[in-house]
Formats: sequence, structure tokens, C-alpha cells
Amino acid sequence: MNPIRRLPVLLAAVAVLGGTAAGYAAWATRRDPVPVPVAAADGGVLRPGRLMFRTATGQVAGVPLGDTAALPAAAGPVCSRFSTAGGTSICLVAKPGALVSTDAVILDRSMRETRRIRLAGIPNRAGMSQSGRMASWTVFVTGDSYNEGGFSTWTGILDTRTGYAVTNMEDIPLTLNGRRHHAVDVNYWGVTFAADDNRFYATLATGGKTYLVEGDYANWRVRALRENAECPSLSPDGTRLVFKKRVSADPRRMWRLHMLELSTMRETPLAETTSVDDQVAWLDGRTVMYAKGPDVWSVPADGSGAPAPLVRGASSPVVVR
Amino acid sequence: MYVSASRAADGAVPRPRLSWAVPGNVFALGAVSLVTDISSEMVTAVLPLYLTLSLGLSPLQFGLLDGLSFGVTALVRLAGGNLADRWQRRKLIAGIGYGLSALCKPALPAAGGSVVALGAVIAVDRIGKGLRTAPRDALISLSAPAGELGQAFGVHRAMDTVGALLGPLVAFAVLTGTGGAYDAVFVVSFCVAVLGVLLLVMYVRDRRTPLSVPRPATSSRAALGLLRDAAFRRVCVVAAVLGLVTVGDAFVYLLLQRRGGIDAVYFPLLSIGTAAVYLLLAVPVGRLADRLGRAPVFLAGHVALVAAYLVLLGPGWLVAVLVLHGTFYAATDGVLMAVAGPMLPEHLRTSGLALLQTGQATTRLLSSVLFGAVWTMYGSTQGLAVMAAGLAACVLGAWFAMRRYM
Repeated sequence: MNPIRRLPVLLAAVAVLGGTAAGYAAWATRRDPVPVPVAAADGGVLRPGRLMFRTATGQVAGVPLGDTAALPAAAGPVCSRFSTAGGTSICLVAKPGALVSTDAVILDRSMRETRRIRLAGIPNRAGMSQSGRMASWTVFVTGDSYNEGGFSTWTGILDTRTGYAVTNMEDIPLTLNGRRHHAVDVNYWGVTFAADDNRFYATLATGGKTYLVEGDYANWRVRALRENAECPSLSPDGTRLVFKKRVSADPRRMWRLHMLELSTMRETPLAETTSVDDQVAWLDGRTVMYAKGPDVWSVPADGSGAPAPLVRGASSPVVVR
Repeated sequence: MYVSASRAADGAVPRPRLSWAVPGNVFALGAVSLVTDISSEMVTAVLPLYLTLSLGLSPLQFGLLDGLSFGVTALVRLAGGNLADRWQRRKLIAGIGYGLSALCKPALPAAGGSVVALGAVIAVDRIGKGLRTAPRDALISLSAPAGELGQAFGVHRAMDTVGALLGPLVAFAVLTGTGGAYDAVFVVSFCVAVLGVLLLVMYVRDRRTPLSVPRPATSSRAALGLLRDAAFRRVCVVAAVLGLVTVGDAFVYLLLQRRGGIDAVYFPLLSIGTAAVYLLLAVPVGRLADRLGRAPVFLAGHVALVAAYLVLLGPGWLVAVLVLHGTFYAATDGVLMAVAGPMLPEHLRTSGLALLQTGQATTRLLSSVLFGAVWTMYGSTQGLAVMAAGLAACVLGAWFAMRRYM
């Protein structure tokens, strides 16, 4: 067959392949998404005593704390990650495009947008200090690490009172094992602020290890406290952290939630034995909640009891206090 | 395409007017690479989003999946190159490589959320890529006249880069059009990959020269024996040593982002800038290499890289760094294959190119570790200064080593 004679074969192949691709895409477009029942917004959505979360479609919704099986009431925009405290909310919105990017959107008490920060990468974590002043987030960017095609995290902090935003805190002076530490592979993620809006905790990764760090926002410095503690979440009274600890190399059993008593630095494994990859939120002073599979679960923060489902088809849970 | 009406005047092989300046086989291989790169870059572009947002994997798990199997790929590349020579069937081995990667596309959604299954699919995809590179480059080098290899590789690499730039655009067009159906992206990518395999099967001809009798040795020992040839050995050593003092792309973009104070949103644009320059310059620089000598152009490409480092250390001008970085790729990637190709006997060409590519890939990996360590100990500026000085010294050394063969 000479090249000209092959042309009809090629054209036929292009037609078949193009048809297959277009047909599948059309079918995928029309495929029914699983409907998520959400009641219309009822105004004053950020009332204390409500549990807010993302529904399966990403919409922010809420239920009364006393009746978490109630029909969720829509409360805001579609987010990939959400948190709220003190009347201020943060919503990370993924924007797929030829360049994947994320917007960190700050919302006021009536869920109106007050600030939008454009970021590169994929949404990962979002947090808000109890007063609603300090917003923090983590996105991760691929192909920006020396191991070609690896990932790196970019963690940012916004002081909503001054409007000052840091989009990548990697340059913060770091003390590790008592010495100043410089490294190209420093990554931070999962920030949690204390009630004074200055002290914070976060995860640091460098040299293939992760550390829990304590930060001082005003003096802009962090120091590593201990190894192997990721995505810390500070209790409402500021005395305990619940974090995920790496306990296995097997990706299916990688993490176990632990509680760290800050005064004694003693850690206790929680009763949840399934590997949980989330930055937990505190349901109350004694219980944490987290996404496990498609649902939000809760477990006592002291190692006692047993995990229990809290809200079906939800993630990014947060209590309005 | 380039229409060569004045070719006969160069004193080269006279050809009919309006012939393609690059042989049909090279153009066909370029088309295969273009289409295949659209397919593979579609997946590369959406995979992080799919794994993390759709499947809920953590960045760390994603990193584990991604950092897989450099060693396996290197071994497969060497073994595949040698098999292609033993059977004198470069097209077959390249075809298996393209086919394996095509099959991985529908396998990705089929793997569901299982990290183990996803890891296996990604590893097979890498193996496919490792298998096809050396036989493809050997075919290019066997398909163009020795005097036009630089241009032939330039055309191939330019077409390859067009595919790499189009892939993400197609992926997100599909993702937007279907309202976020990742499986549709994988299915479209599969169809595009199958088209690439069909183009290879229908339009690429293997050079199956009957091996003379007695049959020359094509064993793996014979392949290693290529290193006894002084000229080829020098090329391998030079490429490997230069690889050791080359700062990985990701580091370059990271430093550029920091020094240039570039907004985080635009970070992913940096690699597109390099690719665009590479695309524009691949053909002209390849032609220049044919005229001026390929080894000097290869070394000049590294001089451009030294210049890029110096600009990064100094004023940190964004455009200058990207232009120099893209020039480095245009003057080295395909040109190195054009330098080495003619040195290798036809019956061992794939093995030889596989050896050269594997050596270079290995030292580049080591260089990342090295640079990371220097950065950690002394800081980024010092690390880059060390690499720039090392690169300049190695280019000088390479000049003396290769002078005899220029």
C-alpha cells in the first residue's frame, strides 16, 4: 500500500476514534449526577450551634448540631475546601484550566465575598482562627520539586484585619534541632492558629521527614517541636493538638489520628483505626470530626470510645461557635 | 514544512523540486510523537487533579505514585534498545512502547481508587515510554541523510513539543465540555494514543537492512562494546558529565519564581515559556548544527545554559532566562542524538542511543540530589553558583575532549 492508498484507512480510523471519543464525552456529560438534596438557604446561615460542611457536590451547607441527619440547608458557594470561624469564612475554589489554579475566597458573615487571592495549584487545606482574623490555606503544586514530577505544597496566611497575605510561607526562618535550617525541599501544610491569632502550628516536611512546627506570626519564625505529626488541629481551649501520624508505608494504612497534650508532649492514639487523611476539626472540647471515605465521622479526642458517623456525604466539617 | 527548491545547489543529493526537506519517515515519526504527546500530556495535566480532588488521595500518596520506578525504566530502555537491534525491528519495539502507554489510558479510571493499581498503571506507562525512545531516535537517525540529521531531529523535536503544548489544552477543553468528567479525558486520550499507534504502523517504515553474513554481533555484550569506540565513548562521557552539572528544570523554575518575584499563579507558565522557545528554535538550530558541526552547537547550548544561570544569579530577568533555557534544549536534546547517531554502526544503533540516553538520565538524577544537598548546606545562590562554575568548567573540558571529533 502506498501512502495515498493508506489515506482512506487513516481517515476511517480517525472517524471511528473521533466518534468513539465524542460519543463517550457526550455520554459522560449527560450521565446523571447523583442528586444531593439541599434545602434553600434560610438566611443567617452562620448561626452558632450549626455544623457546616461541604456536600458531595462541593456546596457549603449546614445542619443543626443537635440533628445532624436533618436536610442540609444551603449556605454558600461551591468550595473544594471550607472553614469558618468568628463570622469569617474561607472557601478554596479549584479552577481547572490549561493551568490549574485555585482561588482562596474570603467571605463575610452573610457569605458575601470580601477578598479573592489567586493561587497556583490544587486546593488541599483551609483554616480560620477562632476569632475569624487569620485565614490559612494549603495548595499543592506539581512538578515543582527536584524529584522531577514530584509535588510541593504552598501554604499561605492572610491577616484579614491588615489585609496582608503571604502566599508561600516557605521562606519563614526555621529552627530545626536547635539550629537554623535552610533547604530547598522545605514544605509546609495544614496550619492551625491559637486564640491569640499569633501562635500557630503546622506541618513541615524536609529531607523526607515531617515535623510538627510551632510558629510565631508577629516575629515570623517557626521551630520544629517533634517528628512525624501532620495536619495539626488545635483544641478550642488551646491545650491539645489532634494530628495524623504516619504509622505505615502502605498507602492504605498510612496514618493514624493521635492527640498530643501540649503541656506534657505526651501523645495518645485515637480510637479511629482506619487511615484518615484529613486535618480534623473540633466538634466540641472533647470530640474531633473528619472526612473518612465519603462521610464525616467523629471520635473522642482522648483515645476512648469509638468512631461514629456524623454526616453522610460531607467533608470539610466545621462548627459555628 | 520546508520546501527545498534550492537543495541541489548545496551540492547535496539532488531531489525533485518541492520535495519535503525532511524525509517522509522523519515526518511520520514526528506526527506519531505529536499525537502521542497530546495523549500523554492530556493525562499528565489532569492526573494530579483527578487523583487528589476526584479520588481524594493526599499529595504525599500522589508523590509516592509519581516518584516510581526510575531504575525499572532505565533497565527497560537498555533491554528494549538491545532487543530492537537483535531482531533489527526498531519499529516493533517502539510500537510496543506506544501501545503499552495507550492501553494505560483506559486502565487509569479502571484502577479506581486503589493506590497499588494506580501505581502499577503509571509504572507500565513509564515502561512504555522507556521502550520507545531509543528505537524511535535510531529510526530517525537511519531515515535522514547523515548531513541533515540535525535538522531531522529538530523537526521531530519541534513536532513533539507542539503535542506537549496542545495536550493540556485538549484535556481541559474535554473537562470543561463534559462538566468535569475525568474518565472522558482518559477515553479521549486513549483514542488519540491509538491514532498515534496507527500512524506508526501505517506510515513509519523500519530500516530492515539485511544483516551481512556472517551476522554481526548484536548481543548486550556487543552493545556495551560500543564504548570501546573512542569517539562514542567520549560523547557518552561528555553527555554524562554535563548531565551531572545541569540543574533540573524544576529547580530553575523555582529559583526564577523566587528571584523574579513571579506571582504564584503564573508559576506553571514558566515551563511553557521554555517549551515555546524550544519549539521555535529546534529546527533552525538543528540546521545550524548540520552546517557548523553538531558537537560545537551541543556545547554552545550548554554555554547558553551557563548564561541562563548567570542571569538567574544576577538580574533574574524572566524572559532572558526562559529564552536561554529553551535555547539550551533546542541545541542539545536532538542535537546530541545527531552527534552520536552516525558514530554507531546501524546494527547496534538503538543499543548505543539507549546507552547514551540512560547514562544522561542517570547523571541528571544524581545532579538533582547533589544540587539539593548543596542548596541545603549552603543556600540556593551558592548552590547555583557552584553548578554554574562546574558547568562552565565541564563545557571547557568537553571542548578539549571532543575537539578531535568536531
